[in-house]
Amino acid sequence: MVRVIAAFTLRESLRRRIFAVVGVLTVAFLALYGVGAWQLYQEVDDLGPGLAGVEPEIVAGATILGLAMFGTLFLGTVLAVFLTLGAVRGDAERGLLQPLLVRPVSRRTLLLGRFAAAAGVCAVYVVLVFFAATVITWAFGGWWPDRILGPMLGLALGVAIIAALSLTGSVFLSSTANGIAIFMVFGAGLVAGLLGQIGEALSSETLDGVARAVSWALPFEGLYQAALAALTEDTVGFTRLAIDLGPFGGAEPAGLGLWAWSLAYLGLVGVVALRGFARRDL
Amino acid sequence: MTVALSVTGLQKAYGSVRALVGVDLDVGEGELVGLLGPNGAGKSTLVKAACGLVRPGGGTVSVCGAPAGTAAAHASLGYLAELFRFPDWCTAQELLVLHQRLAGSGGGAAERAELLELVGLSEAAERRIGTMSKGMQQRLGLAQALVGTPRLLLLDEPTSALDPAGRRTVRALLEELRSRGVAVLLNSHLLSEVELVCDRVAIIDRGGLVAAGSPEELSRPGGVEVETGSGLRVLEAASRGEVPRIVRELVAAGEEVYGVRVLRSSLEDAYLEAVDGAAG
Repeated sequence: MVRVIAAFTLRESLRRRIFAVVGVLTVAFLALYGVGAWQLYQEVDDLGPGLAGVEPEIVAGATILGLAMFGTLFLGTVLAVFLTLGAVRGDAERGLLQPLLVRPVSRRTLLLGRFAAAAGVCAVYVVLVFFAATVITWAFGGWWPDRILGPMLGLALGVAIIAALSLTGSVFLSSTANGIAIFMVFGAGLVAGLLGQIGEALSSETLDGVARAVSWALPFEGLYQAALAALTEDTVGFTRLAIDLGPFGGAEPAGLGLWAWSLAYLGLVGVVALRGFARRDL
Repeated sequence: MTVALSVTGLQKAYGSVRALVGVDLDVGEGELVGLLGPNGAGKSTLVKAACGLVRPGGGTVSVCGAPAGTAAAHASLGYLAELFRFPDWCTAQELLVLHQRLAGSGGGAAERAELLELVGLSEAAERRIGTMSKGMQQRLGLAQALVGTPRLLLLDEPTSALDPAGRRTVRALLEELRSRGVAVLLNSHLLSEVELVCDRVAIIDRGGLVAAGSPEELSRPGGVEVETGSGLRVLEAASRGEVPRIVRELVAAGEEVYGVRVLRSSLEDAYLEAVDGAAG
């Protein structure tokens, strides 16, 4: 039954041309990224070898791919939010939900179906876009990140968490309020991540602590930071130093604990959504 | 008679507003029961409680022996909400396919074709719902409610968007369903419609049941009206059985009798009396 709900949700997205719009905009994003990467590597070539011990193509690649990763996470978040923001209260207010729930379909099944569809689409989306950005970087600069599977999985789990948060928000909030809330939460997570990077650069324990706490409270941010760090995980020496001084330099790697907590977090968010939905009059 | 819907002491409050204050109601298999009441009386809340869409504050509701809201209850149920909406991007066929899957119906294309024909939408099977009129969508809603041959049908204002021909189609459909043994709870403001098709009527007001019975039981004798050569005369205390005697006496008294009509109060009178009585 979860599959029936998920398939119907996906079909709706197809028929409403959501995927077509997302596809066109994503091609535009990747094209823009390609132009940027090509231009960057042209300038790196023109500059010559640079400082002794620093490999400029690695620094340039890690920086621009880190930027692409942020863009990918943002696009995945937009997709996750718009696929779920009105899934419960919004659909109930429009009278779309009631006919489904008087069938032998539990509320849990309906939520799981909607989550499976949204999280599945968003996870595949961010993996494909990030992989495409990586290939573009390699094509223009000849640089391939130290790790690619971990970052892809991190981004996929991150957008699944955002989809779960948005679906849970849809149980309690109207569509507009939920959309605003999730984007603000997303923004708060990113700001905390930036604070953490600044804290790392300035050796500020307070900023570091704030960023760490937010990373646990909003694990998609921790996963994003871990994915950034994994891009240059094996890079050492002056090149490492140059990366650390860059805009994505302070990113922290993930331990097994972050992965376990992220999965547990998904479960906890799911429990909150199910409990809230079970008590809601429609 | 087997009970398809059993409501006992049903209570529901939305904050400080008491929507239902202990309603008892049974609908037997093959019985068509009309649910009447003014706006805000609690009719839709009662129907939603039977569907498991709202949680009762007290009392019990069971559908074909299963507690309302459970999968077993939902498997016996068909429902058309007052404020319903279907995805505008899908066709009538696609909507019915979805509901067949959710209901676990193995009726396939034959069931879909039969249902669409039943509601007069055979020609619109591949039409997108977004391009249908409100009346067509309401008929599609009826077809959707009938997916999986439910034993109990809960219809909340099912003819509000229909033209007179559409209403007649729905009346014929309800009578057909009754003959098949399907129980129907019909929530409607159209008293004439309820009077025409329903076996029993339940009137609720301010969340409580204020009157119940067959339309004939609820509408009372209102006297006899006689048209004579000297004008119209109303004998308020007279009954149908007294008509031959009244005519004999009038003729014997030299009156010319042109017509006789036995008067009954309408369901509307009974409804207004019940609702006004509850308000008083």
